[in-house]
Amino acid sequence: MSAPARRRPGRDAIDRWTPAVRAFYEAHRSISIFVGTAVVGAILPIVVLIPPLSGFLPQTVWVDTFAGAGIFVLLALGLNVVVGLAGLLDLGYAAFFAIGAYAYALSASSFTNVHIPFWPMLLIGAFVAATFGVLLGAPTLRLRGDYLAIVTLGFGEIVPVVFTNSDELTNGTNGIAGVDRPTLPGIVFGSSDPWPFYIVILAIIALVLIFLYRLQNSRLGRAWMAIREDELAAASSGVNTVTTKLLAFALGASTAGFAGVFSAGRLVFVSPDQFGFTVSFTILAMLVLGGMGNMWGVALGAFTLFIVQSVFLKQLTNFVHPLGLPIISNIDFVQYQFLLYGIALVVMMLLRPEGFFPNVRRRRELHQAAPSEGSPEGIDAAGALQ
Amino acid sequence: MTEAILVPPEDPGKDLLLHAERVTKRFGGLVAVREVDLEIPRGSIVSLIGPNGAGKTTFFNVLAGILDPTAGRISFDGRVMIARPIRPWLEPLVWVGPAVVLALIGAILGNTGQTSVAEVLGLAAIAGLIVMLLLAIVRPLPYTRFLTRIGIFKSARPNDMVLAGVGRTFQNIRLFQNMTAMENVLVGMHTRLRSRMFDALFSTPRQATEEAAARQKATEYLNLVGLPGREEETARNLPYGDQRRLEVARALASEPQLLLLDEPTAGMNPRETAEMTELIGRLRRELNLTILLIEHDMRVVMGVSDRITVLDHGERIAEGHPEDVRRNPKVIEAYLGAPAE
Repeated sequence: MSAPARRRPGRDAIDRWTPAVRAFYEAHRSISIFVGTAVVGAILPIVVLIPPLSGFLPQTVWVDTFAGAGIFVLLALGLNVVVGLAGLLDLGYAAFFAIGAYAYALSASSFTNVHIPFWPMLLIGAFVAATFGVLLGAPTLRLRGDYLAIVTLGFGEIVPVVFTNSDELTNGTNGIAGVDRPTLPGIVFGSSDPWPFYIVILAIIALVLIFLYRLQNSRLGRAWMAIREDELAAASSGVNTVTTKLLAFALGASTAGFAGVFSAGRLVFVSPDQFGFTVSFTILAMLVLGGMGNMWGVALGAFTLFIVQSVFLKQLTNFVHPLGLPIISNIDFVQYQFLLYGIALVVMMLLRPEGFFPNVRRRRELHQAAPSEGSPEGIDAAGALQ
Repeated sequence: MTEAILVPPEDPGKDLLLHAERVTKRFGGLVAVREVDLEIPRGSIVSLIGPNGAGKTTFFNVLAGILDPTAGRISFDGRVMIARPIRPWLEPLVWVGPAVVLALIGAILGNTGQTSVAEVLGLAAIAGLIVMLLLAIVRPLPYTRFLTRIGIFKSARPNDMVLAGVGRTFQNIRLFQNMTAMENVLVGMHTRLRSRMFDALFSTPRQATEEAAARQKATEYLNLVGLPGREEETARNLPYGDQRRLEVARALASEPQLLLLDEPTAGMNPRETAEMTELIGRLRRELNLTILLIEHDMRVVMGVSDRITVLDHGERIAEGHPEDVRRNPKVIEAYLGAPAE
């Protein structure tokens, strides 16, 4: 078809190995995800030793930042189930993050004087969050789109307010300090050593990825997608839309619950202002930028956005400041983070609405005019002309 | 009245797969369907015809469990599936009952000085209320059985009708546009797959074997309706006629006894119409399906139907063999208008 392309040997090798890697990935998805996460997890701390990254932060601070990014990767993966797969727009997702965190803080801290170990609480926190996911989901089952978004937005606002105002239970605005760190024999989860947290969050992400991938390609995952595409047709195909939607809410919430417990154990402190609307919004922005529906895209989007927000904006400010440029040198980019998100989202919606790493299906949706939307009569007329 | 509805339909001589009795559906002041009776014998092809706006699709949606009827009842395979709710006022009592009992006991104990027990019971009352409301929303089988036992009848939801054996297609095609043909059929199989969330999460042997068998079967359904080799095609990219076939395949995948086809040849050219008519006949022969058909194209209706029911302005104006219906003056009037006199 085209003139013979000049090929470089490196390109050749990639072309030869890509199908093999892809085939292995298709056949052994869980192993691939595990190995993939481990490889990425091993490379990241090494990459930050290379200038200019090494100049930004010392390695331990980088690893600590990565552990924080991991929490948001987890949150984005969970929200992807609700928004990306089942198509239920949830603007109050941080509420479940809060519920997970408070569940751990209340059952393992010097504030309540109860000390349940971290590991079972990881599951209990997820379960508690899932319960609240169902409780939120139940009254909103008949709502779609904008209306659902408004109700979830309200829920997202209510939860931190409840934690703020139940003074005697949660210590109000001051939050709960002295939350227990995780414990494992032989490993110290200390404040100065971010490595154990980094490895634990990697393991959790790998597990969640494996589970979610399996769900996505199962009867339940197809039912979620069917509801997103056409709820009435899904019901008429035998999908129980009530339980299927509730399961989406519950699974999304339980992932946030995991993230919440981990976050509380890492920061040793929870307070209501960690879970405001900005958190819900940031997670949603991560989803949109990364490519809704595609887990790898969503994970990468969350990671990138978190690193940009917590490292690069500060570095950009430090870089621009001494240049002495008019106006720009006086800007503190960290303060303008949400303005920048907003601009990024607008540009993204105009140029690449499916995100950087889109789901194949979503790309189809956004880039093809629906052929069947014309009237049957019109098509009949065209058919008669043949 | 109440007892009559819970008794299975009479007349065992006729083997009726579906029996609709005096079904009425009102939208505010508009009566879309008025006291329509319909009997569908097992193994037959019955057609529902009528001018535009006669209430055919509304009636269809009532049969499929999508719309609740204002009055009347529908039994399928000898079981009452859809009826006007009986004693609906009793259900809220079921919801608040446990909470009220717990709260009362709590109040009594609180007054006798056992305040800590009373507090626990108060919390339990709130929890009980939440649990009962969740049960009412999720409506698991034991809950519905309990309601039936105490005399509250709940109409089947669309997915209950699919589970019982009613499959349907839509007048304006409603495929899952961005999913592949294979995935569309697999969603149709939803009620016939036994793997649950647990199986998917831990990738149990059941999940693997069932998934493989389901894909095999989906391919067979696609071949049956005449879409061989189109498994990986996105639904929206299929030609119009093939989308209609895919919708039939998706409905077949739920292994129905009764197939509801809402204008399966709407918008098709004569060749596609002939192919669809042939397919409908083949479904009955090869799969022993009972079919209810809404159709405008008289050649299709007269060609395949055993019996025809004619609706006009929401009322049944004729019922019988195709030839009788064709000659019925009321039907001619409904379609062509009354003779000028």
